[in-house]
Amino acid sequence: MSGYIYYPGCSLKGNSRSYEESILPVFREVGLPLEELDDWNCCGATAYFSVDDTMAAAVCGRNLSLAEKAGKDIIAPCAGCFLTLKKSNSFLTSRQPKSERILKALKNAGCEYGGSVKVKHPLEILVKDVGQAGIKAKVKRPLAGLKVACYYGCQLVRPYTDFDDPDYPTTLDTLMEAAGASAVDYGAKTRCCGGSLTGTIEEVGLRLNYILLKEAKRKRADCVVTICPLCQFNLEITQRKMTKKYKDDVRLPVLYFSQLLGLAMGVDKKVLGLSRSIVPLDSLWAKLGNGGAR
Amino acid sequence: MVIQRKVKYEEELDPNFLAEIKHLSGAENIDACIQCGTCSSSCPMSVYMDHPPRKIIAMIKNGFKDEALRSFTIWLCSSCYTCQVRCPAEIKITDVMYALKRQAIEAKVFPSRFAIPVLDREMTRLIAKHGRSSELWLILRLYLKSRHIVPMIKMAPLGLKLMRTGRMPLRQESIKNKKQLKALLSAVKEEA
Repeated sequence: MSGYIYYPGCSLKGNSRSYEESILPVFREVGLPLEELDDWNCCGATAYFSVDDTMAAAVCGRNLSLAEKAGKDIIAPCAGCFLTLKKSNSFLTSRQPKSERILKALKNAGCEYGGSVKVKHPLEILVKDVGQAGIKAKVKRPLAGLKVACYYGCQLVRPYTDFDDPDYPTTLDTLMEAAGASAVDYGAKTRCCGGSLTGTIEEVGLRLNYILLKEAKRKRADCVVTICPLCQFNLEITQRKMTKKYKDDVRLPVLYFSQLLGLAMGVDKKVLGLSRSIVPLDSLWAKLGNGGAR
Repeated sequence: MVIQRKVKYEEELDPNFLAEIKHLSGAENIDACIQCGTCSSSCPMSVYMDHPPRKIIAMIKNGFKDEALRSFTIWLCSSCYTCQVRCPAEIKITDVMYALKRQAIEAKVFPSRFAIPVLDREMTRLIAKHGRSSELWLILRLYLKSRHIVPMIKMAPLGLKLMRTGRMPLRQESIKNKKQLKALLSAVKEEA
């Protein structure tokens, strides 16, 4: 396949719109404008695999088939979509009796899949294809003096780790440094945020997110940078409650890596979705010296 | 005080459980587990679990089907895959947890209003119907079906904030070609 097609997934059209609003301009800046996959459907996330794995793989197969027809590889910014599509892709091309049956069903429904699509994450493209030097060349306003905690979460680096380490990845750190920020040594960078458990069992969600923010604070980070919509959401919405519960002020801006990259590349900050942050970003603006106005 | 037998007799175990889970999860090497405990010590949820992952694997190997399926360990697994990438025997532990969830849902051996499987099922329904999930409708369904009315009301201020920042659209998203999705889901059913 030549070139990439953008698979937003449900989150980037809803709660994490700021991720879409920032990743698209960043890719335009580096000369890889992204077009959206037409009529994509939800990847099913962890939920579909917990209920029916055959249906889950078939639902992903439809997306893969649409990308194949467009002749492009998929770029999936959401870590959940990335893993789910990648996992289904390797299952569908595994030539097992069960996967062959799903391929047949896909064909019968008019979405035949031949197995030629690759699933990639934007971080991988930016670090491996564009490269650190390529990013640096696009940086107009370096994020000098900004200390960031690079949080990778789980599903980008595990279990498929083509481009980074499953326990202590560094690609996001190098990207942030190319943008002029300094990445703190963040030991919790691949510790789980609880995923959907934050919505179902609050006690567990609060504790896990507290550990993540506490560690970022301890390392004196000015903000947490994420690559996953659910991580960003969890880290942001639990802050008020956990500050109360643990009697410890762990409030900290939580941004998408593309928002910071966009700022560094001189993209108009109004289009980067920064006003959608629930946590005030005043500390960030103070640090960046961009004035308080958003 | 009730005195109960704490040890199971062999005839009470399910001799097919191991083979079932191997088949359902694709983790053919569950036998290779040496009970080292790397999974349990890596798991960020194990402090909340009734049986840590190492014990669940032992239960599968030895036919403790009922205990494994009724354990809330399987629902606490958030699919972070830490155990899976660290397992020295390379057992796909996360996939094993998924297989157990599916079996438990099929056997209906969890409280009917237990939020985690309710969320999974409701999300699956939204996708089958519309092709996409919308957070607002998913959350509403979750709270109503798991009868968490008070927490739902407590969530209202956050919901309003999300709406104000444009992060929670009211519209239920949907794909254009729903017909194809429907055809696909029934074709899969036929093939299976």
